[in-house]
Amino acid sequence: MFAPFILALRAAGVPASIMEYLALLRAMKEGVAGFSVDDFYHLSRAALVKDERHLDRFDRVFGEVFKGLESPQGEAPRELPEEWLRKLAEKVLTPEEMAQIKAMGDFDSLMETLKKRLEEQKGRHQGGSKWIGTAGTSPFGAYGYNPEGVRIGQDKSRHRRAVKVWDQRQFRDLDEDEALSSRNMKVALRRLRRFARTGAATELDLPGTIGATARNGGSLDLHMVPERHNAVKVLLLMDIGGSMDDHIRICQELFTAARSEFKHLEFWYFHNCLYERVWRTNRRRRETERPTFEMLRTYGPDWRVVIVGDATMSPYEIIQPGGSVEHWNEEAGQVWMSRLTRHFRKAAWLNPVPQDHWRYTQSIGILQRLMENRMYPLTLAGLETMARELAR
Amino acid sequence: MAQFRGTESYVASRELEVAVNAAVALQRPLLVKGEPGTGKTVLAQEIAKALGYPLIEWHIKSTTKAQQGLYEYDAVSRLRDGQLGDPRVHDIANYIVRGKLWDAFEHETPVVLLIDEIDKADIEFPNDLLLELDRMQFFVYETRKTVQARHRPVVIITSNNEKELPDAFLRRCFFHYIRFPDRETMEMIVRAHYPDIRRDLLREALNVFFEIREVDGLKKKPATSELLDWLKLLTIEDMPPEALRSSDAKTAIPPLYGALLKNEQDVHLFERLAFLARRRGG
Repeated sequence: MFAPFILALRAAGVPASIMEYLALLRAMKEGVAGFSVDDFYHLSRAALVKDERHLDRFDRVFGEVFKGLESPQGEAPRELPEEWLRKLAEKVLTPEEMAQIKAMGDFDSLMETLKKRLEEQKGRHQGGSKWIGTAGTSPFGAYGYNPEGVRIGQDKSRHRRAVKVWDQRQFRDLDEDEALSSRNMKVALRRLRRFARTGAATELDLPGTIGATARNGGSLDLHMVPERHNAVKVLLLMDIGGSMDDHIRICQELFTAARSEFKHLEFWYFHNCLYERVWRTNRRRRETERPTFEMLRTYGPDWRVVIVGDATMSPYEIIQPGGSVEHWNEEAGQVWMSRLTRHFRKAAWLNPVPQDHWRYTQSIGILQRLMENRMYPLTLAGLETMARELAR
Repeated sequence: MAQFRGTESYVASRELEVAVNAAVALQRPLLVKGEPGTGKTVLAQEIAKALGYPLIEWHIKSTTKAQQGLYEYDAVSRLRDGQLGDPRVHDIANYIVRGKLWDAFEHETPVVLLIDEIDKADIEFPNDLLLELDRMQFFVYETRKTVQARHRPVVIITSNNEKELPDAFLRRCFFHYIRFPDRETMEMIVRAHYPDIRRDLLREALNVFFEIREVDGLKKKPATSELLDWLKLLTIEDMPPEALRSSDAKTAIPPLYGALLKNEQDVHLFERLAFLARRRGG
């Protein structure tokens, strides 16, 4: 009965299976949902979605399948569905007012005018007697004192019942393909933490137990030892300055948050591409600068390297000696990059530039090759793949 | 069939009610996720109360193994008894220690079984419980006995999202994500706990509370339980609502903030912000 719905969900990337579909049908049969569409929405969500990252996609598909909204690609629907306006109007207007509107012309034509006004109107509007906005005398808009006024987008929770919960898209922040913001940073860091923590258990100390039992004259004496903690060490290299300024805030957030998550986290800065010097504090760059060779010597090959940078620069900055925009470099950036990847077995590059745009920038391709394809977008999904790759 | 509704002490949204009722009707586990402090664990207690079933809680730690939920064979004490010549040693059943699942299966009445914070355990843990939760039975190798559930328990599983759960496991569950309550729901929750709290105090306290939650970079955002603790402190101290109004730049740090901010970095961050606000104000 709901097969197209399931198929649409799967097409949108919500991994709903036959089993869940059958569970939903059984629950419908048991009468769990009652007969309201809101209940059906809640029930199907509980049955078909198993991960909060998919809730937003589910909302979009639900809206599309059951209400004929625009397709989930692109922005929020620009056009207000007529039926939605009518519902809002019905909720707010008293029967007498509805009658008055009828007197003014029929309801449909009023809605038609409203739609037209909405199209004409470009920005937000307040006051006046024609445009839609707040506090005006036009029949449309909020807080108006025209009795025929239609209320739009105001006090949406006053009836304590969501008009259309799926249209609000409350779970957008949890979708994994959205770029990182400080809000979903927490979820992302859980992924990073996965390779910082590797199981804690107590295990039997066999030699200790045998020794103690023997000393005890044969009666059993158990000895336990804590399992060895294999704390992962992470080296964070951040591109700073130049084209990265756009992304600096987001990276800084990731970095400050990450710093408290790891026990062994060292961080260094570079500019655009890795050359012979790196530094620890960007503000006191001259004092904290160190040769890159020293960095490679200090940290063993067991350190995981995460490079954060947009890799957007002139290709000469990578492939030519002396190509750096800041100073004369004896050796090309790519020499340093391959030194880095040869020394550290586990390395990954996080790129804040959206992945769709990568192929338009030549330098991203070059660095992608130098990193042996271990470049990931700075999104939840990207972080997850990176964590998996580094943990391997 | 018993229906779950929000109770006087627990405010449940309609979506939560639907999810719980679906899980109860279809006898499948309900997986509950959500920010810490949104009442995931309390939910199981409330479901048990609403359905009139006893509650069996199984709290998961990082060292918990799936087998411990079924039963454990205490080989060490049997070995000891053997060395001491205890006659109990001849019956292996004496050394089988029942786990929480066994308790839940063998209970005379249906029960609510809470598996709390399943993500704390090893990544294979949920997989090891698949068959047991599906068929509600398991086999005890030592005594060659099958333990079958007399009544299928209502299973509530909570997760804090520290680890991904396996797909095969997820497919067998209903899922509910508890959103952080909005202001109105929060007011209802507070009223459910403290029915006679002063209206103006509550209003100011909620203002401060949601403002703090807005601050970027907090390691642990205060949640419902912190708010309730804080309000209790405020009422005990008989704090006037004016004291919460942060228009006076000198009191930008809310009184008794220790109940809201739970770690040092957060307190430092807050003090720094308050300092900056004061400098701007002055």
